[in-house]
Amino acid sequence: MDQFLFFLVAFLAVASAVYFVFARNPLYAILSLIVTMFSIAGMYILLNAQFLAIIQIIVYAGAIMVLFLYILMMLNLNKQDESKKNNTLKFVGVFTAGLLLIGVLGVFRGVQQNQIVVDNADGSIGLTKNLGRLLFNEYVLPFELASILILAGIVGAVLIGKKDL
Amino acid sequence: MLRKNAIVILGCVELMLNSVNLLLAAFSAYKGNGDGQLLVFFIMVVAAAEVAVGLAIIAMLYRNTRSVDVSIFNKLRG
Repeated sequence: MDQFLFFLVAFLAVASAVYFVFARNPLYAILSLIVTMFSIAGMYILLNAQFLAIIQIIVYAGAIMVLFLYILMMLNLNKQDESKKNNTLKFVGVFTAGLLLIGVLGVFRGVQQNQIVVDNADGSIGLTKNLGRLLFNEYVLPFELASILILAGIVGAVLIGKKDL
Repeated sequence: MLRKNAIVILGCVELMLNSVNLLLAAFSAYKGNGDGQLLVFFIMVVAAAEVAVGLAIIAMLYRNTRSVDVSIFNKLRG
């Protein structure tokens, strides 16, 4: 049951990501990216990373993708996106990705069966209480710096987006 | 350069960041260590700020040139 759920969510994520890359219409591409975000949130739930799943839905699918849609709708691009017919670039891309695939397969080929160690982690690290305890005890400085970063982002975005400086 | 819509290119960057997030979360759940998931949290924060500023830049570019085609933004090229 667990494996079936994983394969279902993974297939959905990969299919919507592939459609996002190859879609002609940018609106359909962004909508399929939203489906990708939701399926990645589903994978986080399968990993028992509950905090990350909720944050993924709220921040990525609920804020960032909505911002993409706002800008896309505001620009009102009616014409479809045509990719250039650059065969050399496509060949180079496929070749590079093939090298990466060979690298990953080489790693998997070198592992014998008795080397795969199943770590006995209890999986309760994904709960909000445990993550919050870690965040506010050891990572409090990056947490505060992240708030300053968001403030800088807000000021920058408003300043850049103003109609008359 | 296969896509020339700047908004879709930003979306591709978000897709790559999501893949890294998934990998970090998977390894963190495997080892029972919370550091990976906290790093995912901070990556999401940075990605949100970056998307806000990037889309503001794209909106300003569109306001000046009426297009989001990245192949026409080559004035800095020598």
